[in-house]
Amino acid sequence: MSDFETVIGLEVHTQLNTKSKIFCSCSTSFENRPNVNICPVCCGYPGTLPVFNKKVLDLAVRVCLALSCKINKTIYFERKNYFYPDLPKNYQISQYKMPLGEGGFLELSSKKIRINRIHMEEDAGKLVHKDDYSLVDFNRTGTPLLEIVSEPEINSPQEAFDYLNALKLILQYINVSDCDMEKGSLRCDANISLRKKGNTQLGTKVELKNMNTFKGARTALEFEIKRQTNVLNRGERIIQETRLWDTDKAKTTAMRTKEQAQDYRYFPEPDLLDFSVTKEVIEKEKNFIGELPLEKKKRFLKIYKISIKEVDIFINSPFLADFFEEVLKHYPKDQEVSNWFLGPFLEQVNTLGGKFDQIKISAHNFAKIIKYFCEGKINNLAAKKILSLSITTDDDIDAIIEKEKLIQISDRGELEAFIEEVVGLNPKPVQEYLEGKDKAIMFLVGQVMKKTKGKANPKITREMIERRVKK
Amino acid sequence: MEDLINLTGFEIAQDIKKGQFNQEQVYTFFKDRIKRLDPSLKSFVELYQEPVCSEGSSALKGLPIAVKDNICIKGKKITCASKILSSHTAVYDASSVNLLKKAGLNIIGTTNMDEFAFGSSTENSCYGPTKNPWDTTRVVGGSSGGSAAAVAARLVPFALGSDTGGSIRQPASLCGVVGFKPTYGLVSRYGLVAFGSSLDQIGPITTNFIDCANLLNVICRPDNKDSTSADLEVPDFTKSLQNNVAGLKIGLPKEYFAEGLNPEIKEAVDAAISIFKKKKVKFIEISLPATEYAVATYYIIASSEASSNLQRFDGIKYGLRTPASSLRSLYAKSRQNGFGDEVKRRVFLGTYSLSSGYYEAYYLKALKVRRLIKKDFDKAFTEVDVILTPTSPTAAFRIGEKTQEPLSMYLSDIYTISANLAGLCAVSFPCGFTRDNLPVGVQLIGKEFDEAALIRLGFSYQNCTDFHKKIPPLAMKS
Repeated sequence: MSDFETVIGLEVHTQLNTKSKIFCSCSTSFENRPNVNICPVCCGYPGTLPVFNKKVLDLAVRVCLALSCKINKTIYFERKNYFYPDLPKNYQISQYKMPLGEGGFLELSSKKIRINRIHMEEDAGKLVHKDDYSLVDFNRTGTPLLEIVSEPEINSPQEAFDYLNALKLILQYINVSDCDMEKGSLRCDANISLRKKGNTQLGTKVELKNMNTFKGARTALEFEIKRQTNVLNRGERIIQETRLWDTDKAKTTAMRTKEQAQDYRYFPEPDLLDFSVTKEVIEKEKNFIGELPLEKKKRFLKIYKISIKEVDIFINSPFLADFFEEVLKHYPKDQEVSNWFLGPFLEQVNTLGGKFDQIKISAHNFAKIIKYFCEGKINNLAAKKILSLSITTDDDIDAIIEKEKLIQISDRGELEAFIEEVVGLNPKPVQEYLEGKDKAIMFLVGQVMKKTKGKANPKITREMIERRVKK
Repeated sequence: MEDLINLTGFEIAQDIKKGQFNQEQVYTFFKDRIKRLDPSLKSFVELYQEPVCSEGSSALKGLPIAVKDNICIKGKKITCASKILSSHTAVYDASSVNLLKKAGLNIIGTTNMDEFAFGSSTENSCYGPTKNPWDTTRVVGGSSGGSAAAVAARLVPFALGSDTGGSIRQPASLCGVVGFKPTYGLVSRYGLVAFGSSLDQIGPITTNFIDCANLLNVICRPDNKDSTSADLEVPDFTKSLQNNVAGLKIGLPKEYFAEGLNPEIKEAVDAAISIFKKKKVKFIEISLPATEYAVATYYIIASSEASSNLQRFDGIKYGLRTPASSLRSLYAKSRQNGFGDEVKRRVFLGTYSLSSGYYEAYYLKALKVRRLIKKDFDKAFTEVDVILTPTSPTAAFRIGEKTQEPLSMYLSDIYTISANLAGLCAVSFPCGFTRDNLPVGVQLIGKEFDEAALIRLGFSYQNCTDFHKKIPPLAMKS
């Protein structure tokens, strides 16, 4: 058991999903071709000036409200000066002394993590390193970015992981970012330090960068705890520095020490005026914040008779949760509907590439499929087939059933002929069943299914076979 | 057509309208003058064989105009008189250039300046100094020295300059022309290569107030590409071309008539005061106590902003690149080779002022003093309508005289700097000559967006004097 307590603070950068960039009218759409969404302003050409895209403020205010931050009334931008080729002006327009939001919190199921600050800034470009040269792509330059900084009160890598997931979910719920880590629209850095249990003073912190996934962040933090514990156990001191996480080597390596840290020479951006965040903006944005994940979870647990595990799956996908509730309006059987969502529906989504953007089926039609199945009108196989045929089209369910002749055969008279035939052709399994081998009956049911092209009502078929052979 | 040099731009434009001559003839006339006279002045960086123009109309339609080499003209070289940009072509039009085109003006070329507008003599140019048309051994002032000299020598009817701490007014004073710095925010800065973003302002350099008012009418427009552009209805400045100034109150700040003012300058300025007194203008002595801190405050704020603004010139995206083995040394060598001494000096000064540990003592302190300077003016303007001062403590000094003494050079702007720090409008116009026949300028400083008062006073003054009609002998050679 270690004598040390871990203290972690997280800095999350999220791109906001505005149509145009933060200080010019270039598109923010993701492009594979380099340097397409650029103009003299975002390339920092001499004489150009930034003009603030107020839509960025709207979304940023929404995030501040969702994280219960206090919103500062008068806001201004500052310049963060440093030389790097992905930064065309060699300064980044950011916020420093007066961030947009301060003093909020994010509620995890176990505890509240306080948010220190939230500020707006412009994203940098991307460098592509070749053998002996590098290329610059300015497409991303000027994409609006929000930096969300937590207080150093996260106490384990798992808690950091939970925080990141919870934060991402909120950002998705309030529709401000697509949070796609692969495209870089969500990124995170961490500050981590250890201290003797019981100490109130913070230990020397190390900044971790280059963690490309939440799982990567968790692994990197686990590694760093081990490394720092070893250093401290040897009686040495932690050096205040920035370390890079190397996914392939699964370790952190030193990048620069505090002494080498840059002096960013922040000062108020003279090309932009101070501006105030009006009550109107705040009131308008409040209306865009619906139920947040934790509230939704509590409500689901209270009103739906499904397991907490199932609830979690719904909560983690706003689309799934909303659709689930819509379907329930048409067919209010919690467990059955949940089963169909988490089983066949997600299976179909996976075959479509795991994304919801192609899903067209209406709640009404999906409910109908589940209802028909539960009522025995169609069997399981048929229901799945109907779902697969209607999920991206929303075609009429009854028409599909008609066209594909998928109505379940529950009519005993109709089934009898098939059963007679199967029993006659398979004396051996019949014998086995009579001798007590329960499994044999499944084979017989299967044979009836085959003969009826899957339309036989399995329950009735089984019952009829049982009755027939026991005669 | 030789008589064109004695006409105002406005008069020439009317003659074009009347059909006395066409705009091609006018363009050729001035182009030929530039070809003939500019080799001894070096006021132009580039002369366009064909004008840069588009369809448009205004009271000045058809006239040629020169533009300082730090304002973007699409498809043309823009160098800021710096080696680091010597190969750079503008990819877009500055908003002011766009307005010139829409007014039917013909851009004839770009004018020389101190590198990146850092200077008060146009000696800090990678093209070498521009010479004063009144005495070619003397400087033209700066940084808009090329524009001022070109207008003084009647190589163009007028030109655009930019003014960060006096860069329009001081060269106008040293060359004997009218240089107007509008209120901060009145002319869009979009396309003006930034020096001190919170101080920079584009303005006209003309021979007289009629042209000045007409050119202000062209370039003063709200612009959504510049967030600091003032969103207000711009008046017709020609309505202020009025003779009656009786009853206006002018303040004379005692700090501006103290030690350091050359007696010959004082004499000329006093004479101007007498003329205004005859026009029943009331004079009141006022005090602007924070004046003594203006130069220091200015050099910290302007250099701090400049150090950041000039970071983009790094040899990566455009401009001069000195190949090197590492990224850091590519930056260092490109900037070392591309920037002149004065630019380096101000980048150092600004970087230092913004550095952690010094920020509070320098930059932040300077911002506070800037507020005090503004307060002084606010208070003064409760008593007076306009403030009158000399423009420059001396007339044109000799080329090379101050290049080794940056501090004494910085003091050339001692009377002009405060208007930029306070964001006010100000104008310099000729009010006499020294015994060496060098022009002397007087400055009027007005309230925010009260350009009208300055135009009115300047126009009425020029109506009864002829200093502005004097043409340097060199410019009259045929």
